[in-house]
Amino acid sequence: MSHKQPALDLSPKVSDEIRKTTCYMCACRCGINVHMKKDPLGDLKVAYIEGNRDHPVNKGVLCAKGSAGIMQHNAPSRLRAPMKRVGERGSGEFEEISWDEAYDIAAGWLRPIRETNPEKLAFFTGRDQSQSFTSLWAQSFGTPNYAAHGGFCSVNMAAAGIYTMGGAFWEFGQPDWDHTKLFMLFGVAEDHDSNPIKMGIGKIKKRGARVIGVNPIRTGYNAVADDWVGITPGTDGLFILSMIHCLMQAGKMDLHYLAQYTDAAVLLNCDEKSPEFGLKLRDEDGKELVIDRTTGKPAPYDRKGVRPDLAATYRVAGITHRPVFHQMAEMYLDAQYAPEAVAERCGISAKRIRTLAAELARVAFDEAFELDHEWTDFRGEHHKTMTGRPVSFHAMRGISAHANGFQTCRALHTLQIILGTVEVPGGFRFKPPYPKPATAHPKPHCKVTPNAPLDGPHLGFVQGPDDLALKEDGTPARIDKAFTWENPMSAHGLMHMVISNAYAGDPYKIDTLFMYMANMSWNSSMNTSGVTQMLTDKDENGEYVIPRIIYSDAYSSEMVAYSDLILPDTTYLERHDCISLLDRPICEADAVADAIRWPVVEPDRNVKGFQSALCDLGARLGLPAFTNENGSQKYADYADYIINHQRRPGVGPLAGWRMGEHGPQGGRGDVNHSQLDNYIANGGFFVEHIPDGANYYKPWNADYQDWAVKMGLYDTPQPYLFSLYAEPMRKFQLAAEGHGERQPPDHLRARLREKMSPLPIWYETDQQGNEGFTITALTQRPMAMYHSWGSQNAWLRQLHGRNPMYIPTKLMREHGLQDGDWAQITSPHGAITVPVMEMAALNENTIWTWNAIGKRKGAWALDKDAPEATKGFLLNHLIHELLPPKGDGLRWANSDPITGQAAWFDLKVSIQKVAAPAGAESQPALPPLKSPVPQAPKNLTWKVGQ
Amino acid sequence: MTQLPTQTTKKLGLVIDLDTCVGCHACVISCKGWNTENYGAPLSDQDAYGADPSGTFLNRVHSYEVQPTQGDAQLVHFPKSCLHCEDAPCVTVCPTGASYKRVEDGIVLVNEIDCIGCGLCAWACPYGARELDAAEGVMKKCTLCVDRIYNENLPEIDRTPSCVRTCPSNARHFGDLGDPDSDVSKLVAERGGIDLMPEQGTKPVNKYLPPRPKDQLAQSDEQIDILAPFLDPVATEAKGFLSWLDKTLEKL
Repeated sequence: MSHKQPALDLSPKVSDEIRKTTCYMCACRCGINVHMKKDPLGDLKVAYIEGNRDHPVNKGVLCAKGSAGIMQHNAPSRLRAPMKRVGERGSGEFEEISWDEAYDIAAGWLRPIRETNPEKLAFFTGRDQSQSFTSLWAQSFGTPNYAAHGGFCSVNMAAAGIYTMGGAFWEFGQPDWDHTKLFMLFGVAEDHDSNPIKMGIGKIKKRGARVIGVNPIRTGYNAVADDWVGITPGTDGLFILSMIHCLMQAGKMDLHYLAQYTDAAVLLNCDEKSPEFGLKLRDEDGKELVIDRTTGKPAPYDRKGVRPDLAATYRVAGITHRPVFHQMAEMYLDAQYAPEAVAERCGISAKRIRTLAAELARVAFDEAFELDHEWTDFRGEHHKTMTGRPVSFHAMRGISAHANGFQTCRALHTLQIILGTVEVPGGFRFKPPYPKPATAHPKPHCKVTPNAPLDGPHLGFVQGPDDLALKEDGTPARIDKAFTWENPMSAHGLMHMVISNAYAGDPYKIDTLFMYMANMSWNSSMNTSGVTQMLTDKDENGEYVIPRIIYSDAYSSEMVAYSDLILPDTTYLERHDCISLLDRPICEADAVADAIRWPVVEPDRNVKGFQSALCDLGARLGLPAFTNENGSQKYADYADYIINHQRRPGVGPLAGWRMGEHGPQGGRGDVNHSQLDNYIANGGFFVEHIPDGANYYKPWNADYQDWAVKMGLYDTPQPYLFSLYAEPMRKFQLAAEGHGERQPPDHLRARLREKMSPLPIWYETDQQGNEGFTITALTQRPMAMYHSWGSQNAWLRQLHGRNPMYIPTKLMREHGLQDGDWAQITSPHGAITVPVMEMAALNENTIWTWNAIGKRKGAWALDKDAPEATKGFLLNHLIHELLPPKGDGLRWANSDPITGQAAWFDLKVSIQKVAAPAGAESQPALPPLKSPVPQAPKNLTWKVGQ
Repeated sequence: MTQLPTQTTKKLGLVIDLDTCVGCHACVISCKGWNTENYGAPLSDQDAYGADPSGTFLNRVHSYEVQPTQGDAQLVHFPKSCLHCEDAPCVTVCPTGASYKRVEDGIVLVNEIDCIGCGLCAWACPYGARELDAAEGVMKKCTLCVDRIYNENLPEIDRTPSCVRTCPSNARHFGDLGDPDSDVSKLVAERGGIDLMPEQGTKPVNKYLPPRPKDQLAQSDEQIDILAPFLDPVATEAKGFLSWLDKTLEKL
C-alpha cells in the first residue's frame, strides 16, 4: 500500500458546556472542569473531567482518581432511595422507602433521646468535608458524642503541630516550593496530600533541589526521592532526636530565630518542690517572661525591643528559673541520642544519621539567602530583608499512626524549628487560617442538657486537666472517652472506639449510632470481624446491643448492610458543598482560598445530599440552629445554609463575595444571596492573595496579623511564640505527681508522668504480648485509590485490583516463599491467609499491602468473584482496638496515650508459608452480603457525544 | 503492506522523565477519559465489575524494581505508550493501509474505517503499545491527542496531549523532537535522554530521561567527607554547651 492519509477533523467540538466544581475523589479538593455533552436525547451529561488551571490547589493537573470521576459518578453501586432494614442486621434485606418515612423513623428515634438524655446519640462522620456543619448539628442536638475520622487517621500529626507551632502539614501548611533546596519527607504514603506534593516534587526537581524520603517502603514519592532511608517503623522519633543531638552538639541551630520566635528563652520554674515545677514564669497578665539581654531583667516576651536571652537564668522568691533551651540542651545532648546509640533500633547506620544531619545543616546555613521583603515584627522591630533557610519537611501517618506518634511529630517540628526553617523563605510555610496556636482554638465542651444544645464545640485543645471532658463523678463524658486521662489531648475524638465502647456499655450505653461516610464494618475499623459481631449481637432480651443505626452513604459500602435506616447521599457532582475556612481549608501559603461544589447534574435517583437531609431532619427535631423562631425550617437545604449561616457576625461558611458597603468583597461581610452564583462564575472557588511582605514570618509579622484580622481569620492580632516546650503536657504531669484538684486514677499516674513529657521524647511502643511477633506489617493506599471508594470504579480497579502481601527479599528466602505462594500472617489478635509477592525496595523486616482494595463479597456492586473480594484482604483483621492482656486485669487501648490516635502502624506479625486455601481465596472469607443495588453491567462502551 | 512517508515535517512526540514519574497513573486515566469521548471508538471495558476486568488503554504505567550492585533496591515507574517511531513496523506490516504515519507531524494513527482488526500491527510493535478494542474490533493506540494539539476549540495552552496536561509531577513533555531548538530537544540534550530499545531499529520519536543517581548521601565517600565538618562538635555535654552558648550569644 502506498502512504495514504485520511482527512481528519483536527478541531472537533470539545464539549457543549464546561461546569467548574471541586473534586471529591479523595480529600485533596482539586478544582475540576466537568465537560458536559448532550447525549442523543439532548440531555447534558458528564462526558470528561480535567483539572482547572486557575484553581489554587491543583493548577490544572489532575490525578488518576480525579480523571476517573466520571466512572464514580456513574457507578452501579450508587444507592437509589432511602431504605429501611427489613431482615436481620447484616442480612442486607432492605425495603426502599420515601424520604418522609425515613425522616419520620429517624425523628421517632432521635426526639425522645434529645428530650431525655442527648448523650444517647453518637453522631460520627467519616470522610466528611463539612465538619463545621455536621458539628453544628450535633452541638444543636445537644449530644457530646460527635467527631469525624481524625482519631484513626492523623490526629497526632495535626495536634502535635498545633500544640507546637500553631499548625501542621497538608491543610495547615506546605513547603516553600519556590525556594526550598532540600525537601525531607517522613512516613508519607502515596495519598496525602495528593496533587500538591507531586507538583511540588516536580517543581523542585526541575530546579535541581533534592528530596530525601524516610519510609520503610520505597514506592511513590520515596521511589523518586534522591535518597531513601528505609527506617524501621515506629523509630522515626528516635532518628529525629538523634539528628537534633548532632545539630545541637555542633552548634548548628538558628539561635536568633530560637530566641526571637520560640519559647526557647522563656523561663521555667526549676524547683522540684514547687507546685508549679516545670511551668512557665508569667507576669500578672499571663505573658511568658524572658530575660531581656539588653537589660538583664525579666520582661514579657512581646515587649517592644525585647531581646530574649537563651542563656540567662533568673532567681526570684527562692526559686531558680531557667530558660527552656537549658532543658533542651540537657535532654538532647545526652548520649542516649547519639547516632551510635540509636542506629540499630532505627535500622540506619550511625554514619548515615550523621551525614543526613550534616546535610540539613549545610543546606539550612550554608545555602541561606535573603529575600528583599521588608517587614515589621510583633515587637515593632523593622527588618530590611527576610532570611531564607531552604530546608523543608513534610510528614503524614507513617510517623503519626503509632502509639508514640504525637511525640514523634513534636520531635519533627522541633527539628524544623531549631533549624529556623518554619515560616521563612525556603522552609515550611503556613496556609491561612493557620498559623493559629492551640490557645486560639476552642476547648472541648461536654455539658449535656435535655432539650438544649451542648454548651459549646465538642472538639478542641485542652490546656490542662481542668479542660478534660469528664462528668462530675470523674467518668468520661464522651462515648469515645476522648479528653480523658487515658488520652487527654484527643483533639479529633476517637471514632475507632465508638462501636466497641457502645457495645461494652463503657462508659455508658447509647441508643442510636448515626454515621456518615464511615465504613466501620470494613476498612474503617480495627478488628473488622469483631466490629461486625458487635453490630449484630443481641442482648438477653433479643434486642441489638447497639439498638439503632442510621447511616448515610452514596454507595453500597460494606456498612450499609449493618444499618437500620439508610439516608442515600448524592455523588459529588450532584451536590452542594463548601470547602470552608471554618473547616479543613484549601488555602495556599500565599493566599486565602475556599471553594464550593454545586450540582453540575441533578440526581437521577431519589437521593439527597446528606447535609441537606440534616437541614430537614434538624428542623423536624426543632434543633435551634435549624429552626426559625416561628418553628419553621431555617435552611431549605445545604446551599441555603452555606449562603445564610453566620458563625460570627460577618463570617460565614464562605469568605468570597460577602456583601460589603460597596458591593461584594472577600473576607468579612454580610450575607450575599448571589454568593454561590459568584463562586460558579469564578470557577467554583475564591482566592485572595496575601500582600507581599506579609507572606512569611506570619506568626510574628504585624502586616500578616492585620491582614488576617481584616479577612476574618482572627478577631484581633494573635502573635505568639512557638512552643518547643508544651506546657499543657507538663500540667498533666503535675497532676500525675499529685498536684491540683483534678487527679488521674492511680493506674495511669506512671504513664502520664512518662509520656506527657513537655519536650519531645521517644519511647518504644508497648510490645507486651508481642513475643514471637517480630515483623512489622503496614498498609498504604495507592495514588490511584481512595479508601474503599476506588474499587467500584471500572477504570481504577483495572489499575489496582489486587493487593498481595509484599514481603522483603530476606523474609521471602527465610520462609521459602515465592511469588504467588500463600502465607498465613498472624498477630496476637488473629490470622489472615493471603497471597504474597516479593519486593526488594523495602525495609528488610517490614511487610505491607495496599489497604484500599480488599472488599466484602456483595458490596460495591462488584461481582462475587471479583479479585477484590476473593484475593483481596484487609490487614484490619489482625489489629485489635485493645492491646493484648498484660495480666494486670486491665485492657489498654491500642492508641497513643496522649491523643488516642489509633496505633495501627504498631502492628507486629509472624509469617508462615501455607498451602493455598480452598478456592484460592484469602482468609478469613466472610459470607457475601446481599446487594441493595442491581447487578452491574458486564461491559462498558462509554461515550456521551456521538 | 503499507509504506511510511520518506520523511515528516515535524517529529512530534513525548519526553518522559523517569526521575520525577511517581507512578500515579494520572496520565493513564486522563488518556482513557479523553480518548473514550474523542478520536474513534470509545475505549471499552470488558467484565468491568467482574472477576477479570480488561479494558483498552492507550497508555499504561509499569513499575520495575532495580537492584544496583551496591546499595538499596530502587523502584522505577515507567509509563509506556506508542513512541511514534520513524521506522514504525506497525505501519509497514498493516495489510490495509489503516495504520499510517502523518507526513506533517509524524504521528502514527489508525484509520479505524480501514482497520480489519487483524492484530498484525500489535504483533509487529516491539513495545506492546497497541491494543485491540474488544468491543469495536479495531486497533487502538496513542494518537498524541491529534484532536487536541491543533484544536481551535481549545485555549492555546491546552493544545497538548491530555496526559501531558494532567501530569501532576510534570514528568511528561510534548513537542517537536525534530527541531533541535525546541524545549523538548533541549531537555533531551541536557538530561541525556534515551531511546527505548534502540536495537530494534524503530527510531522511536518519544524519549525517556533517565533517573538521576540515587542514594548518594549514603554511598558517596566524597559526599560524606564534605559533610562531616558540618557536625564538628562545639560541646559534648550540656555544661560545655551552655558556655559555648553564652559566648556565641555575645557575638550575635
